[in-house]
Amino acid sequence: MTSMELLLWARGPGLQIATAVLLLGLVFRLLEIYTPGRKPDLSEARASGMGPGVRTIFSRSVPLKGMWTKEISGYTFHIGFLVVLLFFVPHILLFKDTFGFGWPGISNSMIDFITVLTLAALAYTLFTRITDPVRRFLSTFGDYLALLLTALPLITGYMAFHRLGLPYTQMLAIHILSVEALMIFLPFTKLVHAVTILGSRWYNGAISGRKGVQS
Amino acid sequence: MSTSLARGITALKEQIDSPIASFFSSCVHCGMCADACLFYTETKDPKYTPIHKLEPMRRVWQQEYTFWGRLGKKLGISKPVTDAELSEWEELVYDSCTLCGRCSLVCPVGNDITYMIRKMREGMVVSGHSPKGLREATQRAIEFGSPMGITLQTLQAQVKHAEKETGLTVPMDVTGAEYMMVLSSAEIAQFSEIIGAVTRIFHEAGVSWTLCSEAFEGTNSGIQIGSKDLAGELVGRLVAGAEKLKVKYVISPECGHAYTALRWEGPNLIGRPYPFKVIHILELLEQLRKEGRLRTEGKEEERLTFHDPCQLVRRGGVIEEPRSLLNMVASDFVEMNDHGKLNWCCGGGGGVSANERADPLRLKVFSRKKNQIDETGATTIVTACSNCRNMLLDGLEHNNMDIEVVGLTEMLAEHLVTRQTPATTGDK
Repeated sequence: MTSMELLLWARGPGLQIATAVLLLGLVFRLLEIYTPGRKPDLSEARASGMGPGVRTIFSRSVPLKGMWTKEISGYTFHIGFLVVLLFFVPHILLFKDTFGFGWPGISNSMIDFITVLTLAALAYTLFTRITDPVRRFLSTFGDYLALLLTALPLITGYMAFHRLGLPYTQMLAIHILSVEALMIFLPFTKLVHAVTILGSRWYNGAISGRKGVQS
Repeated sequence: MSTSLARGITALKEQIDSPIASFFSSCVHCGMCADACLFYTETKDPKYTPIHKLEPMRRVWQQEYTFWGRLGKKLGISKPVTDAELSEWEELVYDSCTLCGRCSLVCPVGNDITYMIRKMREGMVVSGHSPKGLREATQRAIEFGSPMGITLQTLQAQVKHAEKETGLTVPMDVTGAEYMMVLSSAEIAQFSEIIGAVTRIFHEAGVSWTLCSEAFEGTNSGIQIGSKDLAGELVGRLVAGAEKLKVKYVISPECGHAYTALRWEGPNLIGRPYPFKVIHILELLEQLRKEGRLRTEGKEEERLTFHDPCQLVRRGGVIEEPRSLLNMVASDFVEMNDHGKLNWCCGGGGGVSANERADPLRLKVFSRKKNQIDETGATTIVTACSNCRNMLLDGLEHNNMDIEVVGLTEMLAEHLVTRQTPATTGDK
């Protein structure tokens, strides 16, 4: 298989397989998690849990005072990753090719800067995983795997854009494959929190909310 | 596998629902919950990280409720939960967790870790891994009706004392009264002034109320040890008493876990909604204040602060009432840093106070509360939970701090405006 063939496979069947695994995997996981449900609460609610549940989905993104320093790298890499994914012009074009519509991107130099910043934040997150006593104590293989799967598309994308390491076609193919790895692993690893965070925050907010406490 | 272990695992499996599955799926091991837990902040030992206290339950969930986990179990490559492991976790699940709920408020992915610990205890108690002190307290509650071994005779003696002191009748077993007052063990045993206090307040406010000789003890060790059956039995006695007297409301006492047990867990424990409403004493007092039926005079001069009982405030939703009431009688009320729903636990909730083995750890982590109190410069701490009150007294004494601890209801009673008629000729 030549580099071009690999690239074509990655952009074609590879992407289709990854998308299918991502979507079916997520449906499977979400059914597995959310179909048991929970017992109805017979105690008399002080207020509806619905509103506070939805509110907690958003409010939990704001850290408590004094916790900013601990979360700054987390914020940076989450936001940075999304910005690079959604606003790099070639990414938007790929989306437009498939779905027929797109949106304005941001300049390559800006994307370049954000990529470096995001990678630095991921590196710092890895550093704290190893050095912070609590994080080191808690960390499992899955935590490091999630970091690696998140970092690879950024690293390979950066290298392809700057023509570093391998020839461009080959690097681009590897970049796309790394994204597909992320998609395939997402439902079955810690990365699934990207979706279940909505359910967890809602439960938390609703459990507290029906007692009259905004959590 | 021993029978008790098998039963414990089954109990854990039964406890796992969608919130639990969602919470375990969402955890990214960020460790933020450690910073929310006084057992970690005061010891810096990572084993006290709240989510770590659930590791055996996480594996049960993974091995029983996820595809990959079940596959791993079939292939014999997953690590089963063992008796030795649960034994090791007993300290983490009971001694170093007060069910205070602070971690649940901090977790960035939204995990209600306290909800999880409460459920994990169900499995722990069935598998025979619960602390001796808490087990004995629960046994006393089931056998004698009180974890501290309080009997009706003790209550009657305190009631007599209160009647003598106030010159009023303390209503007992009055069928058709509007409110039935429930007390906590510690109130009957140590802080019995509460009986006289509510008697005077209710007399002035014209509240129709009663005590019930068959249901006067609200402390629920069952929810602390984590046994839905025992907790249900204890709540059931209160429900039976309230139904017998046909009251409209049951008043939950100044006791955090009694409130959680009666107000939030109770109907689920007995499997049906109540035919009456549960109201916390502070909620009722605030209602009376708003209606102009609770009037006070004079204010405390010294600097006061309020200790928020976790189960009442963060886990209970009675947040503004104590502040509004305290402001009636305090001229220098200062809040602690991290007050209200973010307050730090006294260290003795969730059954820790009944678990003597945990005393050294509890007193060590009291440093968090001590700092909070020191920052306010207050000379009196007001609270609304007799267990918190005991824990604060113990912690203050341990740290040689000369600070008074009082219950809010009693403080209000001291400032009560009484009617023209002298109380002594009141109801008698």
